Amino acid sequence: MKSRKSELLVGVFVALTIAAGLMLALNVANQSMSSSEDSYILYAKFDNIGGLKVRSAVKVGGVTVGRVDNITLNNSDFTPLVAMSISSEFDQFPETSSVSILTSGLLGEQYIGFQPGFAMDGVENLAEGDYIEDTKSALVLEDLIGQFLFSSNDG
Amino acid sequence: MNWLIHLGTNTLNRLEMFGRASFMLIGAIVAKPQPIKMIPLIIKQIHIVGVQSLLIIVISGLFIGMVMALQGYTILVDYGAEGSLGPMVALSLLRELGPVVTALLFAGRAGSALTAEIGLMKATEQLSSLEMMAVDPLRRVIAPRLWAGIISMPMLALIFSAVGILGGHLVGVDWLGVDSGSYWSIMQSTVDWNKDVVNGIIKTIVFAFVITWIATFKGYDSIPTSEGISKATTETVVFSSLAVLGLDFILTALMFGIE
Repeated sequence: MKSRKSELLVGVFVALTIAAGLMLALNVANQSMSSSEDSYILYAKFDNIGGLKVRSAVKVGGVTVGRVDNITLNNSDFTPLVAMSISSEFDQFPETSSVSILTSGLLGEQYIGFQPGFAMDGVENLAEGDYIEDTKSALVLEDLIGQFLFSSNDG
Repeated sequence: MNWLIHLGTNTLNRLEMFGRASFMLIGAIVAKPQPIKMIPLIIKQIHIVGVQSLLIIVISGLFIGMVMALQGYTILVDYGAEGSLGPMVALSLLRELGPVVTALLFAGRAGSALTAEIGLMKATEQLSSLEMMAVDPLRRVIAPRLWAGIISMPMLALIFSAVGILGGHLVGVDWLGVDSGSYWSIMQSTVDWNKDVVNGIIKTIVFAFVITWIATFKGYDSIPTSEGISKATTETVVFSSLAVLGLDFILTALMFGIE
């Protein structure tokens, strides 16, 4: 009977550990949004990516549809090339879609805002490996202030 | 001249002790696996080492999470950044406090008990009797305790971190009024499974190995008198705490220091 009890308690211990691990995986680390899911890759060229990082979110109207997979510098024209991994659940974006780098809140992280274009006849959907042509770069505070000073000097 | 001799003897003694410890470890771990014999022994030891440490781990985890939320809130609220309370509590628990505090508690709660138990077995000549009966005490007594420690401490650390995060939620959200949604969602976007959680687990496995190794060896190597056992028990707690804190810095530098 004694050993039954200790086995039961060890079972409870293991169950608690699994519960804690699941909580950490799903609730804390958000494992479900990781690369294990089916996804496809889209590319976009920007002039300036600001503070965008790998694993930053790609959002459509505030809903996260994917993450930044990789950021490289194109060696021929020296522009940053961002690879985005988009969940296969969302595979109906038209080719005319545009992306811009936005900031969440005043001091928040930067993310990619994905603006779906209009679906018309003759416009195909974006698929694996496609490039998004219409991009808007990150707002750099120093540039903005520079522009502001320049225009206020004029007036 | 004298202190040189002293230094030399000391070094040789240390090295000799390390050699004996390695022999004990190899004797206990490297052998033909006998799962039918070993698993019941390991489960019994997990009960003693792991399950019986559960209460102290849960309570300390809860209070450490609560106190971190309280301290973090008073600082973060000045900058209007109390939404970052979630990631602050979660990251410090998963990366540092979970592994280290669990290891220190484990060394005090389970490591000392292991040393005292094995030391008393040696003092009352139970280990020699086992050998007389052609049972290898390394396989029968040391190995299950080593494995049980290495298995159960990472589990305890996971529970510690999870309970701590809930404790932080309790104080931060339910008491101080941080938004529950931002507590969880900013935590989710900040904490990375591989980088934070898995690295924390790797840390605890290393700590568990070191603590149980020191604890079993100190017991196995103790001078078989009441004084010797008390000295061995003290040394277990002191050495394993120092080893954990030292290793923690090295592991942190390796895991998080170099990007």
